[in-house]
Amino acid sequence: MNIVVCVKYVPDAQSDRTFNESDNTTDRVGVDGLLSELDEYAVEEALKLVEAGEGEVTVVTVGPDQAADALKKALQMGADKAVHVKDDAIHGSDAVATSLVLAEAIKKIGSPDLVITGMASTDGTMSVVPAMLAERLGLPQVTFASELSIDGSTVTIRRDGDAASETIVATLPALVSVTDQINEPRFPSFKGIMAAKKKPVEEWALADLGVDASQVGLEAAWSKVESFTKRPPREQGQIVTDDGDGGTKLAEFLYAQKFV
Amino acid sequence: MFELSKDHEDFRRVVRDFAQAEVEPHIAQWTREHHFPTDLVPKMGDLGLFGLVVPEEFGGAGADFTSLCVAIEELGRVDQSIGITLSAGVGLGINPILTYGSQAQKEQWLPDLVAGRALAGFGLTEPDAGSDAAATRTKARLDGDQWVVDGAKAFITNSGTDITSVVTVTARTGTLDDGRPEISAIMIPSGTTGFTVEPAYDKLGWHVSDTHGLTFAGCRVPADNLLGERGQGFKQFLKTLDDGRIAISALALGCIERMLAETTAYAKTRTAFGRPIGVNQGVAFPIADLAVMAEAARNLTYKAAWLKDEHEAGRRTSSEVKQAASIAKLYSTEAANTATRIATQVFGGNGFMEEYPVARFHRDAKILEIGEGTSEVQRMVIARHLGLPAA
Repeated sequence: MNIVVCVKYVPDAQSDRTFNESDNTTDRVGVDGLLSELDEYAVEEALKLVEAGEGEVTVVTVGPDQAADALKKALQMGADKAVHVKDDAIHGSDAVATSLVLAEAIKKIGSPDLVITGMASTDGTMSVVPAMLAERLGLPQVTFASELSIDGSTVTIRRDGDAASETIVATLPALVSVTDQINEPRFPSFKGIMAAKKKPVEEWALADLGVDASQVGLEAAWSKVESFTKRPPREQGQIVTDDGDGGTKLAEFLYAQKFV
Repeated sequence: MFELSKDHEDFRRVVRDFAQAEVEPHIAQWTREHHFPTDLVPKMGDLGLFGLVVPEEFGGAGADFTSLCVAIEELGRVDQSIGITLSAGVGLGINPILTYGSQAQKEQWLPDLVAGRALAGFGLTEPDAGSDAAATRTKARLDGDQWVVDGAKAFITNSGTDITSVVTVTARTGTLDDGRPEISAIMIPSGTTGFTVEPAYDKLGWHVSDTHGLTFAGCRVPADNLLGERGQGFKQFLKTLDDGRIAISALALGCIERMLAETTAYAKTRTAFGRPIGVNQGVAFPIADLAVMAEAARNLTYKAAWLKDEHEAGRRTSSEVKQAASIAKLYSTEAANTATRIATQVFGGNGFMEEYPVARFHRDAKILEIGEGTSEVQRMVIARHLGLPAA
C-alpha cells in the first residue's frame, strides 16, 4: 500500500508566535518551527500500515525553505521519501490554494492508495484542507478518524463525536484525516536520524505542477487577515480580602464568570 | 571545533523530547516511591540509546561516543537517575561484553541489551575494595569446566532490576609470581544458584536508579563465562572506567544546565520586595557563575569525548583520553555540586521542598564526585600524568 501523508511546518506553539507586520501573514521565519504535532499522528498511522504490510510512505509539504525540517522529522520517524513544494508565489496562500497545490503534487507523486492528513494544523487550525483536498482528488473523504483499519479494498474508521461514535467505511483509494487519539507517535531513533539523511527529498516549484502563480498566494486568497493586535498581557487577578465573607465572595465571582 | 555536528544536535532534540514526554511527567512519583521504571528501558532501547556505540551486527547504530554523551547529558537534565541508568547500562553493562567478549558471548547477550529488553551490571567495588582493585576478595576457582565464585560486591548499578540478565564481576582467580592477585572478569547470569541480589540500598540520592549489593556463595557458572583473558580483569576494568568518567562528566553537565535553566526562570518570576529577585546582584551573579560552569563543563566533556572518538580512530593516544577524562570528570562533578548548592539558595525555602526539582538534583549531585573514581582519585590520575612522583 502506498500512502501519501500531507504535513505542515508550523511555528512552535511553545514560543512566541506572531504575524508579519508587512502583510499580516503568519511569521514562519522569525520563530522556531517544527512538524505540526497533529501531523505526527498521520505519519505514525501511515508507518504502522506500511510496516504491517508493504509499500511506501511519501510525505509532502507546501512551505518555505524551513519547512524542510518538517519533512526531515517525518523521514527520521521512518517515511521513505519526501516532496517539498516551494515557490515564492505560494506565500500567503489560503486553504483553497494550499489544497490545490497539494492535490497537484499528490497527482504527480502517483496514485496513492491512501492519503492521510492530520485533523488540523496547529497554527491555522482550520481543519478544511483535508476536505478540500479529497474533493480536488475525487476521493472519498473520511475525516477525524480515531481508529483506522484496512481490509482489502476498504478503509474503516471510527469517528468520535459528542453524542455518538460513528463507524465509517470507504473504498480505497481514499483520504483520511486522523485525530490525536489514533496512536502514539514514535520518537525518531538514532538510526532513523542517520537513515533520513540518505532518503530522497524532491523539490518542486509551481511550474513543475502546472499550477499558475495567479491561482495561489495572498492575491488569490479568498480571505485574508486585515489587521491583528497582540493579546494584551494578562492583568493582575482580583484579590479578595477575607473579612469573614471570603467564601461568599468567591462563590459570587465563580457564579458571575459562569464557572458554576 | 566548538560545535557538535548537525546529526548530534538533531539527536539531542529527539532525546530532549523523549525525556520531556516519557520521564518528566513521572519523575516526582518515581522518586518518591524509589521506583525503577522497568517499562522505560525498552523505550530507551527503541530510541537507540543503548546501542549507540554498538556495531550494527548486534543491533546497534555504530555511532560515536560523543552521541552517547549527548544522550546522557539530555536525560541527565531531566533526571540524573535515568541518566546513570543509561550511562551504566552502556558503559558498565554493554561495553565490557562488546570490548572483551567472544563472538558467542556478544551474540548471546548484546541484542537484548541493545534493545532495552535486558540490562547488565558490572561488579567491581566490594565492601573493602573500590579503586584499590587489587584488594579484591571475591574469589573464583575452576572446578572441572565450571567457575565457582564466592564473595561479595557493593553498589552495583542495574544489578537487580526485573530485566537484569547478567552481571560481570571481577574476582581473584589465582596469585601472580610477584604475589599480587590475578584478577579476571566472570559473567554471572541472573538467577544463577548461589548468586543473591541483596535488597536495594537506602541512598542519599539517585532514588530511581537500581543499586544493590551482591553476594556469591558457591555460585557455579560455565568456564566459558570468563570475559576476556584470564588475569586481564584489572586492566580491562581500568579502560572501562576511563570511558565512564567522560559519561559521568556528561551527566554532571546535564545537572549544571538544568540548575542554570531553573534558577534563571525562577529569578525572573519570583518577586520579593516588589521586584523579581534576579534584580539583586546577590542572586544574579551566582546565576552568571552557573552559566560559566555550564560552558566550561560542556567544553571539557565534549573535548574528552572527541579525544576518545579520535583515539578509537587511531589519531590520539589513550593517555591523552585518560587525562582529559579525569580533568572533565573532576571539574564537571565538583561544579555540579556547586551548582545545586547555588540553585537551592536561589530558590530559598522552595529549594528545600520536593515540589521543585532543585531538591532532587541537590541530593543526586553528591554521588557524581564519588562514583567512577572520587575527585581525589581524579586528582591522583591528573598529578601522575604531570609526572609528579607517585607514592
